Amino acid sequence: MAEIVIRNLRKDFGDFTAVQSSSFRIDDGEFFMLLGPSGCGKTTTLRMIAGLELPTSGEIFIDGEEVGQKRASQRDIAFVFQMFALYPHMNVRRNISYPLVSQGMDRAEVRAKVTEVARILGIEKILDRPVGGLSGGDRQRVALGRAIVRNPKCFLMDEPLGALDAEFREHMAEELRALHDRMGATTVYVTHDQLEAMQMGDKIVVMNHGVVEQFGTPQDVYDKPATMFVANFIGSPSMNFLKFHGSLEPGATTVQLHHQTLGIPASHEAFDGDMVYGVRPEHVRLSDDSAYRAEIVATEYLGTTQIVTLKTFNGEVKARISSALPARVGATVGLNFEGAKVTLFDRQTGRAIRSNLNEGMLSHG
Amino acid sequence: MSSFSVTEPSIQQKWIAGTLVIGYALITLLPLVWILATGFKSSPDSIAYPPKVTFQPSLEGYVNLFTTQMRQTPQYLAEHPPGTWYEEIVHNKGMVIAGPSRFGERFMNSVIIGFGSTFLSVFLGTLAAYAFSRYRIPLKDDLLFFILSTRMMPPIAVAIPIFLMFRSLGLSDTHLGMILLYTAVNLSLSVWLLKGFIDEIPREYEEAALIDGYTRFQAFYKVVLPQAATGIASTAIFCLIFSWNEYAFAVLLTSGTAQTAPPFIPTIIGVGGQDWPAVAAGATLFLVPVMVFTILLRKHLLRGITFGAVRK
Repeated sequence: MAEIVIRNLRKDFGDFTAVQSSSFRIDDGEFFMLLGPSGCGKTTTLRMIAGLELPTSGEIFIDGEEVGQKRASQRDIAFVFQMFALYPHMNVRRNISYPLVSQGMDRAEVRAKVTEVARILGIEKILDRPVGGLSGGDRQRVALGRAIVRNPKCFLMDEPLGALDAEFREHMAEELRALHDRMGATTVYVTHDQLEAMQMGDKIVVMNHGVVEQFGTPQDVYDKPATMFVANFIGSPSMNFLKFHGSLEPGATTVQLHHQTLGIPASHEAFDGDMVYGVRPEHVRLSDDSAYRAEIVATEYLGTTQIVTLKTFNGEVKARISSALPARVGATVGLNFEGAKVTLFDRQTGRAIRSNLNEGMLSHG
Repeated sequence: MSSFSVTEPSIQQKWIAGTLVIGYALITLLPLVWILATGFKSSPDSIAYPPKVTFQPSLEGYVNLFTTQMRQTPQYLAEHPPGTWYEEIVHNKGMVIAGPSRFGERFMNSVIIGFGSTFLSVFLGTLAAYAFSRYRIPLKDDLLFFILSTRMMPPIAVAIPIFLMFRSLGLSDTHLGMILLYTAVNLSLSVWLLKGFIDEIPREYEEAALIDGYTRFQAFYKVVLPQAATGIASTAIFCLIFSWNEYAFAVLLTSGTAQTAPPFIPTIIGVGGQDWPAVAAGATLFLVPVMVFTILLRKHLLRGITFGAVRK
């Protein structure tokens, strides 16, 4: 098992820069998520760790050894592809044993290992079937089997659940996480699904346009977004952005929005100009005694909670409140925000302004 | 069938389709059947007018095809009675067998040159197609177009330069020369066809093999080749059909050692009158290898034509 360190990694395809100077660190045994929209460079980063692409510049350390320019076969890693990439002309057993055969392991030992892996994954019964007729879930298990049979230093997974039905995906996600916990193997997992990332990951790297936007635990990334992109990408519905113009002194605990005073975590820097008041829907409360007024334009019933969409002077706000509370479209209500959980952003750059809440979190890779 | 179905054809549609297929098969198969039949006719039956549909089958054509014969005096014939069934056929015409004909060697020449050039075209084509499909090659599109452009004129248009080239290189009337020539002509087809097939094979298979500890070549050999088998088989059929049937270059560039069957078969006509049964017999035998090869690879050919149309 291994720790992986990425330093100033960059990849150009001709004129196009897929990844620019990414740096992050994956600890031994961690379940690490690379999250971002399609085309953000997360898969390219993973492929560089695997050795399927060579970096234009930068370094990749696996267990302290620089492997950036080494062949994939020399890195002792396992890769699980989105489309599984099971060898279609071989049966399940031969698929799983293929990595062992390449090492020249003797047949009895290969057989024993394959049987053991099949038992862990619960696929003993299909070992002699061709891979063609297998269900998505079984294919996924075989692909995992092929990865774990070698005891590699780490597992790299490129949207391994992307090809499964929504229903089955959840089940497989749990299975994957349980498997990881049992084996304790370092795992790097690429996904564009923020829920999957939050649900399974120990740490998350959020990427956009080839740049690492934020790096941290799911809680940190959700509660203390480093940029407006991260705040918008993670959470459903995403964070509300109230646009305003104002100034800020270090230590300030309030800002003025539309002549109303709203709470913020104590600021650690001065700022003057266009800002954004970022607040999660669950930190918005409807209250009649608040002077910050808004009009209800829509409600969306979700069982125990409801999403109420409101129109304010600073933009649209969505609030997640209990379904038991009354919310009538067309009504004008007051809004309260949980000031301590608010993040202020510089509207020009999208960068979060340092405060009591997020100090120390905003390491840009 | 009582209920209406969108995807299943109706009885009438099946009848129409069946009739059309049978009609088409009759039209295309009739000449073949006629050649097959002529091969088993006697010489007079083969030129009878009106043409005979039923006849007494005879192996005379095949015997004539494989032997050279000499006329002999009745006295000699009486002294040397025929020992085998084929000697008897010749004997009855007042002739004796002088030796085997050239057909056997010409046929072997066809086999060596046809299959040799097919193997070479497909072998080189697969490697080139793999490189074009997988690697970043400068001017890739231009190179591919250039390869295709070699087929934009009929190959025979360059017959004279090739004839002169072959003469000065000493390749005229050699197996190697013909194999190289047919390979050169087939290669563009084979590169383009195979590139299409290899493009359809997801890269992930090779990448999985690379990560599983195999080299690039092992990944190609163990993972890509089995996947491309369909494409390789159908490409091989196309290449073989061309080199097997090629006539013009064979007439021009071969005369003896490396002469293939197509230019040889017509020369049978000249030997002792118009021996149509022997010509038909030669043509029939000439069809067999390609037919067998195609039937053996038929499953691949059908899959090859619809390859990649449906996502598996």
